[in-house]
Amino acid sequence: MFESLSDKLSGIFDKLTRRGALSEADVNEALREIRRALLEADVALDVVRSFTDKVRDRAVGAGVIKSVTPGQMVVKIVNDVLIETLGEDAEPIDLVAAPPLAIMMVGLQGAGKTTTTAKIAKRLKERHGKRTLMASLDVKRPAAQEQLAVLGRQVEVDTLPIVPGQTPVQIAKRAMEAARLQGYDVVLLDTAGRTHIDEPLMAEMAEIKTSSKPHEILLVADALTGQDAVNLAQNFDERVGLTGIVLTRMDGDGRGGAALSMRYVTGKPIKLIGVGEKMDALDEFSPTRIANRILGMGDIVALVEKA
Amino acid sequence: SRTSQAITQGVADVFTKRKLDALTLEELEDVLLRADLGVGAATRITEAVGKARYERDIEPEEVREILAREVERVLAPVAEELVVDDSKTPFIILVVGVNGSGKTTTIAKLTAKWTGEGKTVVLAAGDTFRAAAVEQLKVWGARLGAEVVSGAEGADPAALAFDAIKCAKEQGADILLMDTAGRLQNRAELMAELEKIVRVMKKADAEAPHAVLLVLDATVGQNALQQVDVFERVAGVTGLVMTKLDGTARGGILVAIAETYGLPIHFIGVGESADDLEPFAARDFARAIAGLEETSEAES
Ligand SMILES: Nc1nc2c(ncn2[C@@H]2O[C@H](COP(=O)(O)OP(=O)(O)OP(=O)(O)O)[C@@H](O)[C@H]2O)c(=O)[nH]1
Ligand SMILES: Nc1nc2c(ncn2[C@@H]2O[C@H](COP(=O)(O)OP(=O)(O)OP(=O)(O)O)[C@@H](O)[C@H]2O)c(=O)[nH]1
Ligand SMILES: [Mg+2]
Ligand SMILES: [Mg+2]
Repeated sequence: MFESLSDKLSGIFDKLTRRGALSEADVNEALREIRRALLEADVALDVVRSFTDKVRDRAVGAGVIKSVTPGQMVVKIVNDVLIETLGEDAEPIDLVAAPPLAIMMVGLQGAGKTTTTAKIAKRLKERHGKRTLMASLDVKRPAAQEQLAVLGRQVEVDTLPIVPGQTPVQIAKRAMEAARLQGYDVVLLDTAGRTHIDEPLMAEMAEIKTSSKPHEILLVADALTGQDAVNLAQNFDERVGLTGIVLTRMDGDGRGGAALSMRYVTGKPIKLIGVGEKMDALDEFSPTRIANRILGMGDIVALVEKA
Repeated sequence: SRTSQAITQGVADVFTKRKLDALTLEELEDVLLRADLGVGAATRITEAVGKARYERDIEPEEVREILAREVERVLAPVAEELVVDDSKTPFIILVVGVNGSGKTTTIAKLTAKWTGEGKTVVLAAGDTFRAAAVEQLKVWGARLGAEVVSGAEGADPAALAFDAIKCAKEQGADILLMDTAGRLQNRAELMAELEKIVRVMKKADAEAPHAVLLVLDATVGQNALQQVDVFERVAGVTGLVMTKLDGTARGGILVAIAETYGLPIHFIGVGESADDLEPFAARDFARAIAGLEETSEAES
């Protein structure tokens, strides 16, 4: 579907014989195709709208260099605005705080919180030499705490012993206390999945935050998410104040438009991406890579950059 | 349902007594796009609504009715009950889907439904990969009174499927539900593994699996189309279940899926408990997308 964006744009611009500057009419026609491409990539409609406005402002009147077509030029501009919006530089997890530093993981059901928690723990241990404790606050999903314990053994990171009957807030407090007493640097709090309109669970999440004062609160979200990305990111951010986003399942063949939507509505950086189920399948976020995916046009961008 | 809430708002804003002109139709298309119908399906439905050429002023309520009717027209043919053929003992159901879509929970919900009807259900813990996936299914099995056939972690799921079918047959169980590990459809080696599971199931019972359910997460966007495409080819999907419709995602991609693949849609998941499963009802779903259900609730 997407692969044809380039063809469509060339089609539109082939009609133009002159080079010179792009006119508003040219750009508007191109933007219709770009809008469609972004929607097919699951970028949220309102984000598409303000995004294309930005592109229009930038593109109208822009000079077209000799060696590229006007279509290619517009794609390059779209790509630039995409990267700007996604955040140009990778922002790592911030580890500058007095130990024990808490990192809280939140998100919808099945987004990949527990898996990502263990992946981050492994990374903190191996790359930063941090003594890390993981705690599962999920008292709801069957075998959720056991899942984190198994992963802890796999990556050789300690997990808080399971005490049946405790509430998530109690577990969070116990984790922080254990970390203080036993000299851990970082505590990773894996919370239960929740829909962002489930009021009791959203209130519980805010309470966990109050009691453990996390230094980072990461929204774990599926890269395959559709239009709902804006609502969920906004609601989680409003309730707990996110410090960053982790996008999982980037190993899928989704276009990843949710990345743009969530970054756009929250302004919070995408800190890491999950690229598989294995414990080392965690990468730094690269705006260029995601921009290429959303647009499916890495080649053209490279071409224009060389010209 | 909550599915409709934002949409209701959208429709009301757009259609405060206006002619159904081009601009209005474009705004109607936006409403559908926000529900994840995708550009293609949203455009087709908007065109269908526009065809009727209404020259007089039209109430928002009426637009919603027209919209709901068009969406329902697409969904009605695929709203099909999952029929468990009693002559097959056991009736073997394979459950597949991408990671975290809700396969294991849906199996628990189906188990609750059928044991409630007095059927004996055996579960096969075919996710031998994910940490504590077997334990998760065992907890559900114990809660719901269904036996769970499991192997060691890392065991071959195809071999487990074979054993589970034999075991369920020996016990004279009515239904066997086989869980599988989540897999993204673009992972060739994992899809090959799934193909093998189906192949080996046929060695234990030539007609197995009698049903293959693909579990789709309502929050997923356009990628759901690829999921259906590949899982259907590899595993011979016979029907769909859509989970997590208790959130704000509207699951509109089902409209595009119905148009393209025509696969039956059997159930929707509306929560995390064993009884949070409902039959898929085209009319309700369509009316929710059009923002009608909410209105009648508010009025009553
Ligand atoms: N392919 C792929 N699978 C992933 C990735 N991250 C997580 N998963 C899988 O997604 C599924 C759900 O992951 P979990 O970590 O259990 O998700 P969760 O958010 O903790 O789920 P709940 O606690 O039930 O809300 C599992 O099958 C994971 O193996 C990823 O980056 N890529
Ligand atoms: N809100 C809501 N949550 C659901 C629904 N169905 C499943 N879940 C939750 O989604 C998460 C993942 O569900 P699972 O059944 O473990 O998903 P799965 O497809 O088996 O996951 P993997 O085996 O890891 O691929 C769990 O937290 C479930 O409780 C639903 O209809 N609504
Ligand atoms: Mg979890
Ligand atoms: Mg499962």
